[in-house]
Amino acid sequence: MAVRNILITIALAFMTLFLVLPLVIVFSEALSAGIGTYFNALVDPNVADAIYLTLIIAAVAVPANLIFGIMASWCIAKFDFVGRNILITLIDLPFSISPVIAGLLEVLLFGLNGLLGGWLSDHNIQIIFALPGMILATTFVTFPFVAREVIPLAQEQGNDEEEAAVTLGANGLQIFFRISLPKLRWGLFYGVLLCNARAMGEFGAVSVVSGKIFGQTDTLSLAVESLYGSYEIQAAFAVASLLALLALLTLVLKAGLEWRHRDEIHAVRRKRAT
Amino acid sequence: MSTEIDIAGVVRRFGPHTVLNAVNLAVRPGELLALLGPSGSGKTTLLRLIAGLDQPDSGTIKIDRADALRARPKERGVGFVFQHYALFRHMSVFENIAFALRIRKAPKPEVNARVTELLKLIQLETLAGRYPAQLSGGQRQRVALARALASQPRVLLLDEPFGALDAVVRRDLRRWLRQLHEEMNITTIFVTHDQEEAFDLADRVVIMNAGKIVQEGTPIEIYQTPANAFVHEFLGESNVLPAIIRDNSVYAAAGFPLGSACAADGEVTAYVRPHHVVPSADPEGAWRVQRIAATGAHARVSVGRNGLTIEAAMTADALLESRLAPEVNANVDFTGGTLFDKDGEGRIRLLSAASQASVVREGAST
Repeated sequence: MAVRNILITIALAFMTLFLVLPLVIVFSEALSAGIGTYFNALVDPNVADAIYLTLIIAAVAVPANLIFGIMASWCIAKFDFVGRNILITLIDLPFSISPVIAGLLEVLLFGLNGLLGGWLSDHNIQIIFALPGMILATTFVTFPFVAREVIPLAQEQGNDEEEAAVTLGANGLQIFFRISLPKLRWGLFYGVLLCNARAMGEFGAVSVVSGKIFGQTDTLSLAVESLYGSYEIQAAFAVASLLALLALLTLVLKAGLEWRHRDEIHAVRRKRAT
Repeated sequence: MSTEIDIAGVVRRFGPHTVLNAVNLAVRPGELLALLGPSGSGKTTLLRLIAGLDQPDSGTIKIDRADALRARPKERGVGFVFQHYALFRHMSVFENIAFALRIRKAPKPEVNARVTELLKLIQLETLAGRYPAQLSGGQRQRVALARALASQPRVLLLDEPFGALDAVVRRDLRRWLRQLHEEMNITTIFVTHDQEEAFDLADRVVIMNAGKIVQEGTPIEIYQTPANAFVHEFLGESNVLPAIIRDNSVYAAAGFPLGSACAADGEVTAYVRPHHVVPSADPEGAWRVQRIAATGAHARVSVGRNGLTIEAAMTADALLESRLAPEVNANVDFTGGTLFDKDGEGRIRLLSAASQASVVREGAST
């Protein structure tokens, strides 16, 4: 009993110190100069641009990774091919590489003096220090989230239900949309939530490729840094509170949906009974 | 009315392995046929070929005289029940059963009527809203069956339908399935490795081994006249004794008489079922009782001589009357059996010495 209480106390203290307290501080600092100032900071044109940019990046990166994730899990779970294990390892690569390195690699590839830089500038295509580079960097960093969530699920579920659908007369498209996709939907849903949270909060890789032009290539997380750097503490915390709200919203959404569909989740997640 | 299936020269290879080797099989309209064989004998592969889940390397499969291989699974009119049911885990029982109808864009009232009818048939009306994970094994099995029947298939295929169920549920479902088959009269093939299940349920049994059909026939035919040593051993316990035939008398290589046979002299192997081994207590007997195991109504007696042990089976009542006990001397009569040559082929009936006269008569008539 004593050990249990000690462990619970340590866990709670740790959570308070590292999760709850920062959250409280973010909101208290953001609102320290009153609610009016808080909203003024958010409607600042540069901050509004950062919000817009963040939304655009997530709106491209998340669907792209959703599609990649579905395709990768389909390949890996349904087929046995040469290089399958290499593919599984490669999917984890963005997790094991520092986002800053990922950003640097992109600069080396697409930058003015980079491998493809000459060709790109000849054709007037700007990737580095512009939106395409930021989207690419975010997509790379958030790539594993959906795939990692869905692949084990697809592997565990196997191919039996698809075969059953074939014998019941379904064609390829019907099988995909009525069987394969729905049975993965909770895995996909968690993956998308995590992927989205990370895409909106990504700092390192985007920071390297964006050039941090305030009001032009600033995302929310970059804006927090530049505002803080220019001693606009309250505004920095106001923007940070947006990201914190996003995190909270993600959690609430996940918990709410889990609760509403608890029967079905339970049914889908349980190991196949034999 | 009912559908017939014609399978001719079907070959299926997986890499270097020939899983089905020139299989020919005619399934009669409305029959309940069992494909029986050890695992790896190709029976599930054959079932999957009929369903269209796999394609043969050569050969033809005809369903009602139409080439099934050119038809997509949808057009074959085949219902398939998978070994582990493969129910759609994200759909309720109702939606699982309705799937085939929804795929065919059947109007809603028709879907509701048909699914309700099937739910009634499988006695699960109250569980329509449950998900597969919330059902017991037997219930899942019945849902899988209802799902396969929803689009009114011409042929029903079942892969190890009772494999994953416990003994009591298995027995009940077996009876229920037999009854269902009699009501619907739909041509049905099921795969099993359980000899008792096949014999209990099927009109006709097809025995497969190593990608080939070894024997077809009614359960009685197959049990009484197994085509070769493999079938004999597969269908139940056998005492296997090297033997020789001399002047229509059969002797075990160990030196004791087994009975008689109407065949040329030569070396053979005798396969004798335990119930054809009849020991009797005799102080002068050359055999010795080694062990007796009584399991309710039946008893098993191991008797030995000179290092050779054979198994006898009898009813518990017969055991009491025989006054057999461990370490008691005994005589052994052989009341029947089957002889095969060295390759396990060329079946010869082994008759008890007492029915020698009938051998002569049988011999004269053939």
